[in-house]
This record gives sequence, structure tokens and C-alpha cells, in this order.
Amino acid sequence: MSDHSHGIGGLTFDRSKRAWPNEINVLGALVLIIVIFEALGAYLMGQSFLFDSNERFDSIFNEARLRIIILQVSIIGIIAIGVTQVIITGGIDLSSGSVVGATAMIAMSFAQVAEVNGYPNPKAIFGPGLMDLPVLVPIVVGLICGVIAGAINGMLIAYTRIPPFIATLGMMVTARGVAKWWSKGNPVSFPTDSYAGIGSGMMPVVWFVALAVLFHLILKYTVYGKHTYAIGSNEDGARMAGINVARHKVLVYVIAAMLASFAAIILSSKNLTAQAGMGLVYELDAIAMAVIGGVSLSGGRGSILGTVLGALIFGVIISGFTFLRLDAYYQEMVKGVIIVAAVVLDQWRQRRAASKS
Amino acid sequence: MSNDIILETRDLTKHYGGVHALEGANFTLRKGEHVAIMGDNGAGKSTFVRQITGVEQRTRGEIIFDGQPAQFAGPLDAREAGIETVFQTLALADDLDVPDNLFLGREKTKWDWLGPFRLLDYKAMRDATMAGLEKTAVKIPNLNNPIRNMSGGQRQCVAIARTATFHSKLTIMDEPTAALGVQETAQVENIIRTLKEAGEPLILISHNMRQVFDLVDRIIVFRRGRICANLRKEDTDGQDVVAYITGAKTQPEYAEAE
Repeated sequence: MSDHSHGIGGLTFDRSKRAWPNEINVLGALVLIIVIFEALGAYLMGQSFLFDSNERFDSIFNEARLRIIILQVSIIGIIAIGVTQVIITGGIDLSSGSVVGATAMIAMSFAQVAEVNGYPNPKAIFGPGLMDLPVLVPIVVGLICGVIAGAINGMLIAYTRIPPFIATLGMMVTARGVAKWWSKGNPVSFPTDSYAGIGSGMMPVVWFVALAVLFHLILKYTVYGKHTYAIGSNEDGARMAGINVARHKVLVYVIAAMLASFAAIILSSKNLTAQAGMGLVYELDAIAMAVIGGVSLSGGRGSILGTVLGALIFGVIISGFTFLRLDAYYQEMVKGVIIVAAVVLDQWRQRRAASKS
Repeated sequence: MSNDIILETRDLTKHYGGVHALEGANFTLRKGEHVAIMGDNGAGKSTFVRQITGVEQRTRGEIIFDGQPAQFAGPLDAREAGIETVFQTLALADDLDVPDNLFLGREKTKWDWLGPFRLLDYKAMRDATMAGLEKTAVKIPNLNNPIRNMSGGQRQCVAIARTATFHSKLTIMDEPTAALGVQETAQVENIIRTLKEAGEPLILISHNMRQVFDLVDRIIVFRRGRICANLRKEDTDGQDVVAYITGAKTQPEYAEAE
């Protein structure tokens, strides 16, 4: 590398401009927040936040709390994986929460048992012909819901050139309407055992980690990933380079909506019921996780790893507030502040980067 | 004679609605020749380039590139045919590194059966990038740095290095040094001389009279959407060119269009 380490003709290389992976900053923030909660815990509660093994000797961690932290963020985290890709292209997806609601209702309808305790299923949507279906049916139906919602989002944005904010806002309202219309507002319950198995116990965490690893690799090592960053970085440039920007955007929005749909399947499976109000404001939490994880709202920058760290920060904060016995009202207030703070930090970082170069 | 011509346009015309941005441009470029296109803002220079490179579709006229009538559906088509363009707005993705930018839209890949999820062949792209940079004598400190962290000159060099990497038949540069400092401009001009020595034809759009007279063989002047002069460098000077640009003079063979 030595013969490439110097510029010529006045083209010098400033070492201070070398890229410092932003994920390290996010990791630092995560550690800092944990330290703050540890300190507050020791001072206010007289106990440790995460390092309390409850008299057990095989671990120094409070495993129950760790488990809750990751479990409570993993379903929204799956949505955030899709939202991250949308934001990297320079877009936004406000429809994911409503897509969760609609998909949960529709997928659950195809996952119902014929008989509950010897009686016909009281929540049945369809006739007996569509009961006790193999688990693949509700999964495929659910993912198709995602494909439809995502394709509409993507095509509106790519071909009518309306801002992503408006297109997905429309989908947010529409999909919530579909969720309510599907069973006239009634919840859909009593899934088959195999469907209930998708999201039982710690399964949401397994899905979250698996999907995070998969999409991290996809964004880093495939043409799809490279074009996603290129479009967010310089859309006109990407077009001039011959990338089919419109088609790529449709693909990104479809993938995001499919991830939201999959999250809906896991969520309804975990709760053993689907309700029209499911997934309310999940889109904002998912966007918050991405933004906290260093995904830039102006596009081009961020990673799945960052979003996963952002999700953990999110979980640690909520869990920490519960630990300190603060009311849920305060949690929401602080959540709002954190989202805005993360965006302010991102803007500030960009301005600083711009003034340096 | 015809074998010698790399690019020819006949009656190339582009209207945007009622605006006649380009009107009946007849132009030829021989192999190894460096030609400058000059003219005031809005004279039709960039419109002319956009028709050749397939960024826009012409209203009428013919383009003959490398002996074949050309109908490029988009910039990638033109690029695959061998026309490499360095655009005024660099068209680089700031958040990607040098090889990524060089290969943007035509990545070297493995496992192509994966469709849009086919894998990037980072190593092959990096090797080709090094070779291309060496050919143009461009030195970039760290190939893996995002373009964002580079100076204007380095970024322009990256844009130009695309040309060398892909062995293009024709290079078009749209005001490559407009935003650069003195030293950076010199660097870019050196690369252009390297292309000249290698016998690679070039169309250079520039406002910089000194640069044009330093680098090219021939000057084409555009005015109000039409070509108004075709001047060999030896037969003209700066004042003469300015007279054509401002409309004080028009060559007789182009006069009937006025």
C-alpha cells in the first residue's frame, strides 16, 4: 500500500478525514447509557441494573432483564431492518405499523383452528374449508400482503415521484383501514399450534438476529446493497451510472413491507391473537431505532449493525425506566426527546463533515 | 476517411416543448482527436452531450458512433458502446469508495443467478481500479475511503479514471475543472494529455480559453442551440473564438441557419 499513500500535484491526504465507523460511536452511546442506569440504580434503588445475578453463581448478569430487553425490541427491530434500507435510499416508510396491523389480521385468519375445546372456533372468519391449514399458508399470505403494500408504496414513489413521506402516509391510513375492515373490527384468535410456534418464547429474538445477519450481509456484499447506498448518496448520479433507480426503489419498499409483514406474523403468533390496532406507531419506533443507530435521514449512510445497536439502546432505555420505576408517561416523553436528539446529532455530524472537506 | 471517424452527428436536434435547445448539429470527430466545445451558458453544449450519451432522447437527427448508427436508450447503453462521460455534476456517490464508484452500475459480480442479490467481486474491482489509476497516473491515497473524504481534485480524478478503467472509445468531459483550484486543474489537464498520448479521442466542454488552447486540436462553438464555428486551433486565437461565442462573427457555412 505504501506507493498509494501519497497524493501528487497538491492532492494531499488528510489523515484526520479517515472514516471512523459510526457503529463505534453508537456502541459507545449504548455503553454510556448502561453506565448511567447502573449509577442511577446504585444511587436510587440500591441495586445493579444489568449485573445482578439474583444469588445465582453461573452468571454475573441479570439474565431475565437482558432477555426482556432483547425480546421487547426484536419484533420492532425486524421492521427497523427494512426501514433502515428505505432510509438509506433517502426515503422514509411510515406505513410499517399499519402494514403490521393489516397483515396480522389477514394472516391470522388463515391460521385458525376449526375447534376450540371441542366447540367450533368462535372467532372464525372463514368457513370450515379454510381451517387447520398448514402453517405455510398464513406465512405466504402474510408475505403477499407485504409485497402488495410495498409494491404500491414503491411504485407511487418511483413512478409518480410523490415524496415517500406522502406515499407511505397514505398507505399508513389505508392499511389501518384494511385491518379494521377485514373482520369488522373484531379480533381474530385461536391459531393452530404450528402458527403459534413461530413467535413463541424467544423465537422473535432468533428471527431478529437471523434477519439482521442476513440483511447485513446483503447490504455489504451484494449489488442490491451497493445500489441502495448509491441511490441514497446521489440519486442522479446513480441514474447516470445506469442503475434502474425506479425499479430498485420498488424492490427496497417491497422488502421493507415484507419485513413488516413478517414481524406481524411473529407478533400475532406470540400474542395468539390479531387485532386491528396492532402495530400502532411501530413505524416511529422502527425509524427511531434506525436513526439512533446512526442511519442518516438524508440517505446514503447507516448499516444494519447500527440499527441493531440502536434497537438495543432503545430497549435498554425502556427497560431502564421500568427498573427505576418511572411511569410509562415519562418513557414516552423521553423517547420523543431521544429521537429528536438523534436527528439533531446526525445533522450536526453532517455539517461538521461538510465544513471539514 | 469514414473509417477514421469515431463519432458523427447529422442534423442532431433537441426541442424541450417549444424551446429549441439544439438545432441541426452536424459534427464529426476523428479517432485520436481532441475537440473542445465552447459557447455561452444555454448555447446548447450540454444538451448536445446529453443526446450523444443517451441521457436524453433526441427529437431528430442521426448519431453514428464507431461506424454504427447509435440509438442509446440510456447512459449505460452509451457506456457499454464505449462512450465514457465525466459529467458536470460529478455523478459520484459520496458515501461509496473509489472502486465502488468506478464500477457503479456495472459491478463485477459472482453468483449471478442470485439476480439483484448477486455478490460483488470486490477483489476484481479493486485490481481493475488500481490498473486504471496507474494508466492515468492518478494517485489516490486510500482506495477504501468514501469519496466524501476526498478533495475536489481527487474526486474529479476518480471520475476521469473511469475512462481509463473501461478502455472506452470516446471520452466526454463536461467542464471538468470548473470547480477546481489551480493545482487540481493542472492535475486534471495532465490526465487529459495522457489520454491524448494514448490516442483516445475526447470531447471537452470548457469555458477556460487557456485550457482549450493548451489541450485540444479543434474548437467547435455553439450559439443559441446551433453550431456557429468549426475552428482548427492553428487558424484561430482567443479573441477570434470570443467573437464567435458572442455572435460578432459566424462562419459562412453556418450562416444560413441564423
